[in-house]
Amino acid sequence: MKRKLLGLFGFGTGILAGSVVYRRSFARRRDRVDVYFGDGSMVSFVEGSPEAERLIPVAREALAAAHRSQRRT
Amino acid sequence: MLASETMDAAQALADLTEISSQIEAAVLFDADGAVLGSTLVDDDATKALARAGAELLARAGEFRSEGDGVTQLEASTPEGSVFVVGGEARRIAATTGPVPTVGLVFYDLKSCLRGAAEDPPPPKRSRRKKAEDET
Repeated sequence: MKRKLLGLFGFGTGILAGSVVYRRSFARRRDRVDVYFGDGSMVSFVEGSPEAERLIPVAREALAAAHRSQRRT
Repeated sequence: MLASETMDAAQALADLTEISSQIEAAVLFDADGAVLGSTLVDDDATKALARAGAELLARAGEFRSEGDGVTQLEASTPEGSVFVVGGEARRIAATTGPVPTVGLVFYDLKSCLRGAAEDPPPPKRSRRKKAEDET
């Protein structure tokens, strides 16, 4: 009985640990822009906000240009 | 653009890529968007990164009409991040892979900007010239 309980506990712990690892590894990272101002304040714009929609395409262009150039070299 | 300016920018960027393994590409540019130096060998990519950096700063500045302007920003995507830091005369835009150490990247970029802004050391005077001056 004790052995069975221990086995069940181990199985449960394994599933929990596996789900944490899976979520951390494969969860889709969302686009985000953090803007820092001169007065020390910071504003974070997440994917879907109008501000992020204005900035993210420009950032993607920059990343594409850098990656293109690195592939050529 | 002065030759010494280009030299300082190149040296600052060389130092940056040496100390930071996270930065994949970086471009130094001035307030008008003119490129001062780049780690990229491709001219079109260099101009595109500088243009994007300037545009990101300009667009982010539109979000706040009063108070201090934008000093730096990070745009993060699953493919990688774009960092832009604005200085008085020079700005720097850089790209990294996904999930960079944000504080460290900003620190390295600011160090690079400071390095690029420093005046080159004055040329050493020869001993003979110094002796002539003293007489």
